[in-house]
Formats: sequence, structure tokens, C-alpha cells
Amino acid sequence: MSEKAEVKYTAKDYSSGIDVRWCPGCGDFSILAQVQRSFPQLVGVEKEKIVFISGIGCSSRFPYYMNTYGFHTIHGRAAAIASGVKTANPDLSVWMATGDGDCLSIGGNHFVHLLRRNIDINVLLFNNRIYGLTKGQNSPTSEHGKVTKSTPLGNIEYPVNPIAMAIGVEGTFIARAMDVDTKHLQALIQRAHQHKGTSFIEILQNCVIFNDGAFDNYTLKAHREDRVVYLEHGQPMVFGKEKDKAIKLDGFTPVLIDLKDGKHSVNDALVYNEKSKELAYIISQFSDNSAMPLPVGVFVDLDYSTFEDDMTNQIAEAKKKYGEGDINSLLRGKSSWEIN
Amino acid sequence: MDEKTPVEPEHSVPEVVTVEDVTIRFAGDSGDGMQLTGAQFSDTIASYGNDLGTLPDYPAEIRAPAGSLYGVSGYTIHFSSHEIYTTGDQVDVLVAMNPAALKVNLKDIKKNGIIIVNSDSFERKNLELAGYAENPLKDGSLSGYSVHSIPITKSTLETLKELNLPLKTAQKCKNFFALGVIYWLYNKSPEITLKWISEKFKKSPELVDANIRVLKAGLFFGETAEIFDTRYEVKPAELPKGTYRNLNGNEAVALGLVAAAKKAGVNLFLGSYPITPATEILQFLSGMRNHGVKTFQAEDEIAGIASAIGASFSGSLGITTTSGPGMALKTEAIGLAVMAELPLVVVNVQRGGPSTGLPTKTEQADLLQAVFGRNGECPVAVVAASTPSDCFTMSVEAARLAMKYMTPVILLTDGYIGNGSEPWKVITIEELPEMTAKLNTNPEGFHPYNRDENLVRPWVKPGTPGMEHRIGGLEKQHIYGNISYDPDNHEFMVKTREQKIQNIANDIPELEVVGDKSGKLLVLGWGSTFGAITSAVENQIAKGNKVSAAHLKYLYPMPKNTLEVLKNFDTILIPEVNTGQLAKLIRMNYLVGAVQFNKVKGTPFKAFEIEEKIEEVLKGLGGKK
Repeated sequence: MSEKAEVKYTAKDYSSGIDVRWCPGCGDFSILAQVQRSFPQLVGVEKEKIVFISGIGCSSRFPYYMNTYGFHTIHGRAAAIASGVKTANPDLSVWMATGDGDCLSIGGNHFVHLLRRNIDINVLLFNNRIYGLTKGQNSPTSEHGKVTKSTPLGNIEYPVNPIAMAIGVEGTFIARAMDVDTKHLQALIQRAHQHKGTSFIEILQNCVIFNDGAFDNYTLKAHREDRVVYLEHGQPMVFGKEKDKAIKLDGFTPVLIDLKDGKHSVNDALVYNEKSKELAYIISQFSDNSAMPLPVGVFVDLDYSTFEDDMTNQIAEAKKKYGEGDINSLLRGKSSWEIN
Repeated sequence: MDEKTPVEPEHSVPEVVTVEDVTIRFAGDSGDGMQLTGAQFSDTIASYGNDLGTLPDYPAEIRAPAGSLYGVSGYTIHFSSHEIYTTGDQVDVLVAMNPAALKVNLKDIKKNGIIIVNSDSFERKNLELAGYAENPLKDGSLSGYSVHSIPITKSTLETLKELNLPLKTAQKCKNFFALGVIYWLYNKSPEITLKWISEKFKKSPELVDANIRVLKAGLFFGETAEIFDTRYEVKPAELPKGTYRNLNGNEAVALGLVAAAKKAGVNLFLGSYPITPATEILQFLSGMRNHGVKTFQAEDEIAGIASAIGASFSGSLGITTTSGPGMALKTEAIGLAVMAELPLVVVNVQRGGPSTGLPTKTEQADLLQAVFGRNGECPVAVVAASTPSDCFTMSVEAARLAMKYMTPVILLTDGYIGNGSEPWKVITIEELPEMTAKLNTNPEGFHPYNRDENLVRPWVKPGTPGMEHRIGGLEKQHIYGNISYDPDNHEFMVKTREQKIQNIANDIPELEVVGDKSGKLLVLGWGSTFGAITSAVENQIAKGNKVSAAHLKYLYPMPKNTLEVLKNFDTILIPEVNTGQLAKLIRMNYLVGAVQFNKVKGTPFKAFEIEEKIEEVLKGLGGKK
């Protein structure tokens, strides 16, 4: 065993070597690269213990590109299949690659219940706010009013807020990353791995063909620091190239403050606390609010028992209480009789 | 009795009459505890060594309005001193707890049969609810029966007077009074029920006391009330030597799957969503944690099967249990398991359809769905159980075939045998057919879609070093398992998947014929019609009629000798609780036409119905050949 623990992998060891068939310039390439770069650092996980489960969509081709165990399943059901994989075999490190349609539309039900059960599965949501594989229809995260191939007169649905949704269904690790901020994404992948229980990372991912520039307003390097706030546990919510802007909580209402206006100092800034679901919910509402920066990083990281551990414990308890199950006495039942 | 007999005993001693075969039905409101009463009686009967069959029949509503006709819940027990196959065509004894229960069941009672009623419930409101203009106990309409009016409610309350229980609690005990009377009438000891009561209510000693008092009061009533001049005795059946237990079909499925997994040396994982009449399987398996069984009550039917597929992928035996509507939802995922070639057992406890249909009633109308109901060329193995205890045998078979052939196997049972019970000669795990989960751990020359002589691909548990691979729902390249859109490869793989399933025909028993191996008429059945067909054909043979029977337990593929069997008979008669689904398959597979005999009423066939049809066909009056 000690020999195994010393195995050092490189990013290349995680590449299956088959041609990657996403569109040139797709944000998925970056996510694949960050996963492959992060995985050698996953503490104590041998490569053969890693399983990637996906549903259907561009993002769901992900398992084919990873030299790990992988299962490309059916639309929307990745969370349910992954739940079976991890519950039946808790030794595995289970990862799920999914998209906004796969996870939040057809798979919304399974996603909700995965988070609620807190099975130790790491969910990477590739959110590009569009259906890419079917060539450009609105998705459950598409903006109200957006013109797509199936909403030629504008989308008359309101989008789901994945972070707020995850908080609402008792997710224990909820985070947001951007495909273009590679170091930050790698750090979150590590955090997701370390968290016991379901980890959910919404990755803002650019679809270069059908929704190009969807996140440019926040993510372009030129203005990213002024429009994105990085959540850090125990740290004040300060951002801006000059570290001159901050978020302050006025009652339940977050307000933007200027640290250079002479009226505010860093002491007025809200200190982020990833153990607070209440705070996370307030901050999650910044999404699509142009007056506020886009929060990225870890919204919540809570310590709950996992489903598979509870299951394992129940089995151990039952064996202690009733004895290791004897199949023949089970078959005989409690009231049998003899015919001689 | 002669009134002038000089010395009368304190009680007249009733005559004990030995009978071969009795059918008793307990009927009352869905809240009256009739299912429990019936189950207690059948456990007791079973312990006396009688052969028996039971049929619960209950409304879809948990507590339908009290006293209503559609709220009537019934439990039928047929027991005998010889081997029996059905739950009885007609009822010898009806216990009716209210007028509605009498009205609904009267048509099933034998001429001169015994009716025991709770006379307290025959008051104006209940009579109106049951649609009786006059009280049938008083208007002479029951003159063709032996009616015994017993004030069951009053007697129960009187028995419990000194315990000062709330009225509702006390009234709830009345089913045990009725059970006590029946124990007396059939000369049975209440010991098993006394034990059960003590165990069931151990947390509330006052309920143990109350129920035991009422049960005994019922027994004493039978003894002292002098309303029965006869008691009945049904001698034990001559069953083969061995250990027996009473087993219902749903429990049999649960046991079969646990035993098969243990035999094969794999863990069992159930992903399931509650649905009538399959829920019990989930409940039974949820109580088997000390056997290492993992159960996952999923958020929906799809997640039920999806989690099971995930479990199979990760090296456990994944199973899912459901009924018709749930089966429809699982369809796409079954296709995935076919493509990924993973072991999976899908149990469909069929009920009346389509859509929500008749949730608590039985039907056999999902056969074609099981065989064909998926997109694409999507073969799966389909097996069916024929009796409650056969659910054990066939769930073991389903698990064996799933693991050996890396395929989903659909096991069809139905509400009749799922809820019904019969004595089962207990077997041990050592007696089960050989099966091993061949989890491959050798990376040498490994490819995920390499195949063995049966065309079966290897099963590899994630975590095995050096064998990392990807599978999925996209078409696979032969041997290597990479995604392939190659036209020739696709056709090759379609044919290979089909051939793999067809290979199962080499691994299953041949179709057996009961009676002469050739002749004028073969009654061919599948699934839960077994009991009625067997009784009917045995009776007909005893009457000297030339008729044989065969029963298909493997529906896809069918046994290799099926055509050979069919060809030896002039006419094939197929009774089915659907509009002719097996008949269609037989015509399609073998170009053999059959006389169909169909009934789609939510109830199983009665043996006499099949006998009448056999006689009709034999007289040349039947349908076209």
C-alpha cells in the first residue's frame, strides 16, 4: 500500500489519448485541462479509483477523454447513476460532468436529490446557458428575453439560479468557477475533492458557437478584477484592481461600497463565512444583477454525514444487533414447520 | 336435535366433519384489518401442514369511505388436504364485517355456504351505503345459505369493558374476534396469532392484552354460543418431506435476489421507487441490512433503475423493482444497460393498465412491453414466475442469467402471485444453481467489448488497476469499446447483442408437458395462470378428457423445444389475463395459431372457467385454429 501512495501521476496520465472533439475555442477544453492538471494532486487517490459519470450533452463527452473509469450514460440521469456507483462502492472517487440542460432541466430532479442526500460525488456543472449539442436552443439558465433558435421572439422563461437552487436543497459544498480562471478552477477542484459529501461547482463555460461571450461581461481579463468578487472564508468581500470596492451588509441588503470615498474602510466590508447558508443565499442573488460583482469561489462548505457512510454504519449496526446475516436462516424464516 | 333427550350436556357437542378442501374469505372495510386477519389465518393453516393458496384483494384507497361497496377489502384462503394450485373458485365460508362486504362477495359463495356476519354493522346507515333497501339478514334473501349473525362489535366492546380503552381502539380489535370464531370452527389453535400479537404490540402491553382477550373471546363464543352444529377438520396434505414456510410472491422475489447475490459472491443493491403492488419487495430488502443489502429509495422510477445500473457498473448486482407505469419510465435506462452490457434484474409486478389503470388488481398485459418495449434493436431476457413460491426460483434465475450474460433480465410477476402466498419447501443456498460473478481482474489483453464463447463481455469493477475504460450508450466498436459510427460495425453489434440473448436458450430447461406429449389439445400458459390451468387440466384428465398443459417460464428467448411441443398437438389453447399477448408471440415466433381465451377483469382465472373452455374447444366449438 505504501508503495502505491507514492505513485506520482502527471496530467498526461489522466488523458485517454483519444481525439477531443469539442469545437475549437470551447470552454470545455480548459475545464478538461484543469481537471487533468489537478488530479495528480488529489491526495491519496489512485487513478483506478476515479470514476467519471456523465449524462448527455457536449460536456458529457468528458469521461471519454479521461484515462479513468468512465460511464457516459443517458440524458439527465448522471446524478442517479453516480449515486448508485458511490453507494454501492464507496471506495471510489466519483466525479460527474454535466451541463445546464442535463443537470438542471431533464436531470433537475436527480440533481436536487443528490444534493439533499449528500452522497460524496463531485459535480462539475458546465453552464454555458444554451443547448449546444442540439445546436442552440434556450436552456434553463438562459436569460429572460434571450433570442435562441427555439425562442426566436425572445425567451419568456426566467432562468434558474444554480447556486441558489443548490442552497435551497441543502447542498453541503457549493461553489462557482470560471473556465478562464484556470488557477482558481484548479483550487476549487481540490476543495471539492476534499469535501466529504456532494460537491457542486458551477463552472461558467463559454460556448463559442451558440452563445459566444455569454460571460464576457464578467470574465474578460481586462475588467475581471473589477467585476468579479472572489469569496474567501473569513476574508472581507473586497475586490477591484485597486482593492477599492467592497460589499457591505445593510440589514439583509448587500450594498456596494467605495473604499476610497472617505466614508468607508475595509472594516465595513462583509467578512465572508462559508458556514452560513443564509449569507450564501444573499450573495447568490448577485447573479444577473449588473450593479453587483459576480461572486465566485466557495459559497458554502458544511459538514454533514454522507449517505454512503450512514448506509455503511447501518449495515455495521444491523450486523452487530442481529448478527452477520445467515442466508439459510433467512430463507427458513421465522415460522417454518417440518413435514416428516 | 331431539328436544326430549333426557340428559342434555351443558353444551351440545358439535359434530366434527372432515372435509378435503375449504375456501374462506374474510371481508370488511379497508380499515377493518381483513388483510391481517387473513394472513394470520393462513400462517396458522400452513403450520398444520395443509397446502394452501391465498389471495388478498383490496381497494386502491387506503381508507375508502367506511361502509362503501368500493371500500371492501377481502382476503381469501384456500386450503386443502391435497395439493392445490389456486385460491379457490368458490367460497365455502364468508366472514362479512358489514353489509357492503356481504353484497360484494355474495356472488362468490357456494350454494349452502356459510356466511358469518357482524350483525352490529347491519344498521340503517351501512345498509344504505351498501344499497340494501331491506336488511338481508331479515328479508329471507339469504335462505340458500347457512347464515350466522354474531354481534361481533358488541361482544368485542363487552370483552374489553374493564380495560377502559378508547372506544376506537377497542373497536379495532374486532377482527380478532372474527378470527377466533374461525379458529374454533376449523379446530385450529390460536397459538401462532397469540405469539404474533405479543410480538407486534410489545411496546403497548394494553394492546397485547386487549387483542388476546378478544381473540380468545371469539374462540369461546364459537364453543359456547351453540350457533354452529358442525366443526370442520381439514387433514394435513401429503406434501414431500422437508421444512416448509408460507411465502408470498413479493417476499419470494426479495429472498431469491438476496440468495442469488450471496451465492454469486456479490453485493446486492436495490434502486426502487414505491409503487403498488411491488413496494413490498423494497420494504423486505430494506430490512436486510445485516445481510449487507443496500437499498436506495430513489426520487423516481428512473433514478431507481439508474442507480441500480450505476451499482452494477461499480461491481454489485443492481436490481430494480416496479409495476407497469414504472416500467414505462425505466424503458430508456434498460436500453442503456443493454448497450453497456451490464447485469441488471428488473422486476415488474404487473397490475391492471394502461396508465394508472387498476393499481391493486392483477393483469398480465406487460408481456409485449417486456419483450419489445424499447427504442432500437434492444433485446433483453424475459422470464416469468408462475406461482408465489416460483417467484423465488425465477428471481434466482433472473439474477443468474443477468450476471452470466451481462444483460438486463426482466422478471414478470403480477399482483395475484405477488400478494398471494403458498407453502414453500425451503431450500438452502447450497441447493441453488451454480453461479459466479465473473469480475475480471486481469489486465492482460483486456478490452471492454471482448467476448467469450457466449458472446459475453467482461465485467470489471472500477478500482481494478490497469483496466480503466469507458463505456456508455453510444454505439461501441467491437472488442475495443470505443465510440463507433461505422455502419458495418453497428449492424454487427446489433446482431451480436441479439445473438448473445438467443444463446440463453442453451442454458434454460426445456418446456415440459403435463399429460400426454401429443394429442388434440394443449393448454399453453405463462405466469400466474399456472394454478388455474393446472387444476383445470388435471380435472379434465381425471374426467377422461384428452388434454395436456405446458407452461412457459422463459419468454425471451423461449425454450428450444417449444415449437416441437406445439407441433405435437392439433390445437393450442392460450388462456391469458390480457387480450392475447402470448398468442401473438407464439404466432410470430412459430407460425402457430392458437385459440385465445382472454379475461381482462383485474382478477385471475378460475379453474372452472378454463375447464369450461377446454370442454368447449374439445367439442369443436372453439375459435379458429
